[in-house]
Amino acid sequence: MMRRFTLIAVPYVWLLVLFMVPFLIVFKISLSDAALAIPPYAPTMRDGFATLLSELDFENFVFLTQDDLYWKAYLSSLRIAVLSTFLTLLVGYPIAYGMARAPDEWRATLMMLVILPFWTSFLIRVYAWMGILSNEGLLNQFLIWLGLISDPLVILNTTIAVYIGIVYTYLPFMILPIYAALDRMDTSLNEAAEDLGCSRMQAFWLVTIPLSKNGIIAGSFLVFIPALGEFVIPSLLGGSGTLMIGKVLWEEFFNNRDWPVASAVAVVLLLILVIPIVLFQRNQQKQQEAEQ
Amino acid sequence: MKRLSWFNITSLTVGFAFLYLPMVILVIYSFNESKLVTVWAGFSTKWYGELLQNDAFLDAAWVTIKVAVISSTFATVLGTMAAYVLVRGGRFLGRTLFSGMIYAPLVMPEVITGLSLLLLFIGIGLDRGVMTIVLAHTTFSMCYVSVVVSSRLVSFDRSLEEAALDLGSSAWEAFRLVTLPLIAPAVIAGWLLAFTLSLDDLVIASFTAGPGGTTLPIKIFSAVRLGVSPEINALSTIMIAIVTVGVISASLISKRNAVKAQKDARAAERAEA
Repeated sequence: MMRRFTLIAVPYVWLLVLFMVPFLIVFKISLSDAALAIPPYAPTMRDGFATLLSELDFENFVFLTQDDLYWKAYLSSLRIAVLSTFLTLLVGYPIAYGMARAPDEWRATLMMLVILPFWTSFLIRVYAWMGILSNEGLLNQFLIWLGLISDPLVILNTTIAVYIGIVYTYLPFMILPIYAALDRMDTSLNEAAEDLGCSRMQAFWLVTIPLSKNGIIAGSFLVFIPALGEFVIPSLLGGSGTLMIGKVLWEEFFNNRDWPVASAVAVVLLLILVIPIVLFQRNQQKQQEAEQ
Repeated sequence: MKRLSWFNITSLTVGFAFLYLPMVILVIYSFNESKLVTVWAGFSTKWYGELLQNDAFLDAAWVTIKVAVISSTFATVLGTMAAYVLVRGGRFLGRTLFSGMIYAPLVMPEVITGLSLLLLFIGIGLDRGVMTIVLAHTTFSMCYVSVVVSSRLVSFDRSLEEAALDLGSSAWEAFRLVTLPLIAPAVIAGWLLAFTLSLDDLVIASFTAGPGGTTLPIKIFSAVRLGVSPEINALSTIMIAIVTVGVISASLISKRNAVKAQKDARAAERAEA
């Protein structure tokens, strides 16, 4: 009995202290005011619980709605995350499809080739594009050599580079669930559809796509959720014109040292994320029930 | 039937070229003589030499490895415990909160995890350094370990544990002698995942690191912000090489084990017949 208690208590307490409590602190500081002190906010726990409660307010959240920067950053993060998820799907689906239709003896190797980049450093994969997309970069050199353009295209430090970066780094997350769905699919269903007079294209739209729906949904959430709060990609590939909320939060904290506003930004970001996360979990649950 | 159509061949070729070309280019340019990374000026390994003499990078690499080994080991122990509790623990007070806390960090944006942990460390007056990064990494990687291990725990036959208990072993013995060997592959995979996540992490480490805790990603990020440099290309090449060798050998080992298991199963069938 004692042992069972320890087994539950150790990971439980660890997560309470290092996950739950920190989150409550963020929430509390988001209701505080910035102050020229150490730590740079007021009131703190030292002021006593009663003053603490009476001085907390939603000022920072009101500030977020008044200053253009923030809601523009949220909107632009949402737009970038949605569009790049869609682009990742467009790039990832044919790859997953090709893998699922490949000969059996290739599958393990193809699978490994998709997973390998996932184990490679994220930072390095983003960095690799800096040398390709810059004005003197390989892509521009190549396009000029082909004679397609005479002046280099400006891609690095624009939002386009951010899209490329997100599609590239999150592609395995899209491919794997779609591949899993297509792999389980019975290909005789397509043959049946074709026998019954569907063209190949129709069979694909009417049979294959609906049957891989769960994979598409899972993959899209796996790309969308981390893309929304992304920091590394916009700060390395994006320019000053690329607004993303992860970067705003970082700068608010490290450059402006405004902890209460940074915390409020974090709380709102989480509120936005709650919706897709709940939808994702429901989708996963439905899938599990369907399998049983 | 199992012949690839032209469409599939094209999509696989283009897709994998997209996945791998950037890294191949990175590796090629790490052997470039020129300081200008975009102009090829002949083969050279001089950037590797310079890298090995750069103490700042070597120190950061050492800190990173230390953090990754310690945090992934803690994360594996805690994550396995958590998985066991979730799958076998039955009902207890606050189970929903517990499973919520296991899954939430997986989808939490890194900036928020980093910010919240930093505020905690400042709040309790903990000096930031290697220790705080270890605590932070352990916390988010234990959740990944727990997901990997619990999927294995769900799928294996519970009656094996019950048999051990019936035959007189204690709960701990049953876990050590029956359960642990069966879930070992998942535990090892969990450790590797935790290790890689820790090696890779920039955002959470930046928030929780103090002056003494500069990890390699933090160092690379601050160098890369100023632009592309051949030394970073060399460093990336070394890291890519290590990962490639690791992943390929891991998949060869697991393939060999699978073949062996198949042979054993066939031998057992024959013995029965």
